[in-house]
Amino acid sequence: MTDHQDRPDFQNASCPLPILDHDTVQLAHGAGGRLSSDLIEKMILPRFASDELNKMEDQAVLDLPPGRLAFSTDTFVVSPLFFPGGDIGDLAINGTVNDVAMSGADPVALSVGFVLEEGLPLSDFHRILCSMEAAARSAGVRIVTGDTKVVGKGSCDKIFINTSGVGIIPAGVNLSAASLKPGDKIILSGTLADHGMAVMTVREGLSFQSSVQSDTAALNGLTRLILETCPEVRTMRDPTRGGCATTLNEFATASNVGIQLDGNALPVRPDVMAACEILGIDPLYVANEGKLVAVVPGEAADQVVAALRRQPLGRDAVVIGQVVAEHPGTVTLKTGLGAERIVDMPIGEQLPRIC
Amino acid sequence: MKYLDEYRDPALARSLLDRIARTVTRPWVIMEICGGQTHSIMRHGIDQLLPPEITLVHGPGCPVCVTPLETIDRALAIAQRPEVIFTSFGDMLRVPGSSDDLFRVKSRGGDVRMVYSPLEAVKLARENPDREVVFLAVGFETTAPGNAMALKVARDEGLANFSEIVSHVLVPPAMRAILASPTNRVQGFLAAGHVCAIMGWDEYLPLADEFQVPIVPTGFEPVDILDGILKTVELLEKGEPGVANKYLRIVQQQGNPVARQVIDEVYTVCDRKWRGIGLIPRSGWRIRDELAAFDAEKKFTVEDIRTEEHSVCIAGEILQGLKKPHECPAFDKECTPMNPLGATMVSSEGACAAYHKYARRGLI
Repeated sequence: MTDHQDRPDFQNASCPLPILDHDTVQLAHGAGGRLSSDLIEKMILPRFASDELNKMEDQAVLDLPPGRLAFSTDTFVVSPLFFPGGDIGDLAINGTVNDVAMSGADPVALSVGFVLEEGLPLSDFHRILCSMEAAARSAGVRIVTGDTKVVGKGSCDKIFINTSGVGIIPAGVNLSAASLKPGDKIILSGTLADHGMAVMTVREGLSFQSSVQSDTAALNGLTRLILETCPEVRTMRDPTRGGCATTLNEFATASNVGIQLDGNALPVRPDVMAACEILGIDPLYVANEGKLVAVVPGEAADQVVAALRRQPLGRDAVVIGQVVAEHPGTVTLKTGLGAERIVDMPIGEQLPRIC
Repeated sequence: MKYLDEYRDPALARSLLDRIARTVTRPWVIMEICGGQTHSIMRHGIDQLLPPEITLVHGPGCPVCVTPLETIDRALAIAQRPEVIFTSFGDMLRVPGSSDDLFRVKSRGGDVRMVYSPLEAVKLARENPDREVVFLAVGFETTAPGNAMALKVARDEGLANFSEIVSHVLVPPAMRAILASPTNRVQGFLAAGHVCAIMGWDEYLPLADEFQVPIVPTGFEPVDILDGILKTVELLEKGEPGVANKYLRIVQQQGNPVARQVIDEVYTVCDRKWRGIGLIPRSGWRIRDELAAFDAEKKFTVEDIRTEEHSVCIAGEILQGLKKPHECPAFDKECTPMNPLGATMVSSEGACAAYHKYARRGLI
């Protein structure tokens, strides 16, 4: 008998849960003995198999093509673990793939570190591993080394995942947030705020019916396409925590230029907008996990947008604003009515309003 | 989005702006009561588009702003108790008391939880019979029915472990205090649309009559606000005081009788201190005596709390429409949302916070 029969049945023929002696993570799964090897060999390796990982050495040895290396790390903690449109697993893969890709690099290899809380249902862990496997395959990256630790109940919140990644930057590519020039255009690859609102609508205390889905996705296909279409692209970034407003403020500060957004151009799905309106939250400040902001010379903008729109992940791509010489370091927005206001850095997490 | 896009329609907004410009012949000071309206005015840049004759001043209608420091300090003291699950709307969590806020209490191990509906707090009480669940019930007439309903449900279910800290405030007495002040400069009001949705607009008739001002219940989208301003200017220009409802899709003359009935069953009118303004007679609601068992301030004895506001802060004058945020010497210098000195910088709906966020002078 399992202790979690009310969980949805997510197992399927392509990704069956291996038969193990336990339903939940035990401290012994991290103690280095038989249970540890069971966990690694029966659950983790089948999902992440790569030449490097299969050797089971303490490190991965990578043969990389020449070029500068981009290297990034990120740790993923999210509640709930499973949310509409994704889970902590694909988030952990896509997040690091995207951080590496935004430098212009082709992501090649990832490491994965798990911190598991004693008592985590192994079926949940399996489901997370399966979505990590699918995300890595879809992004075309290998998982080459990893680590698993188990901590006592209450010492972490179910599961924390660290991923680090490396990628090779093609010769001649040199992107920088400090390279924006007046006349450049700001391109957003799709709709705002899907991820943050998807998670918020299922958080404890905020439960309300909604169809909002996370946009979690690997963007290395789009970054490659942008570089091919417009080698002069100034910079790219995925606007995750703090949202698009934070990313653009960082750009304006780094380049000491002004940025002017067109309030009518910001793409937000109607269901996401509805959730934002109900909670009193500005979509410009909400996290995205499958969108990028690219700054390109003005004359290249239309071509880049057209190229992006031919891709499923870029079908809603649009120019949302421009770089200006005025108000250096400040982001402004032309409102629908034609007035201009500041788009400031957020102070902290946006909080739903009283009324 | 239906019921939203049409009220943000730029062409409609422009035609209303034109009509306002054609109607106005001399300077008028108009106060929008609600912080939600202030926020919308700044977010859409409406203040920049109005003719120079019209000065909008920002009213006291930000529940987070006007909640007295003593109430926050009392809430913080209760939230620290180990047996308590403390629940609150999101934007109260960051509001500083004298030396602390609910986020910091949480980081020290206090069980502080954000809820979207007060009924979520009742659910927590049901699910945690061995804990005390306290809900911080603040706000104007708008949030009162939900907060009252939570307490009513708890009483009906016999949930003795549920209680509320109630610091409800009422709009009409605050308007009276502003109008009766010898320094008042407000000549017309955009009344808070959602407050009127609950209470109706009959209760504004005596105010309009006594002080000879136009009072216009107004919504929150740009077209709503411009429509409300146009009506107010028309009434001012014609010298016709009175109440004219411009939030027709939401507000009925008698308000919402069911909601008012629930409020009446649970709360009763009391004198209330407003942060930044002071004591206003009969300007709040408290829990009825027969429901004292659900009153957290009676249930948990908190030692006498004394507080002091910052001496530089002019929040009181801003809340009464006497000054604008950038006229404060501390605005955007010592006083920022990261380090608010007073009421109006505390909440995202406070006038000072709205100015800081959307319209810092010199930047654009």
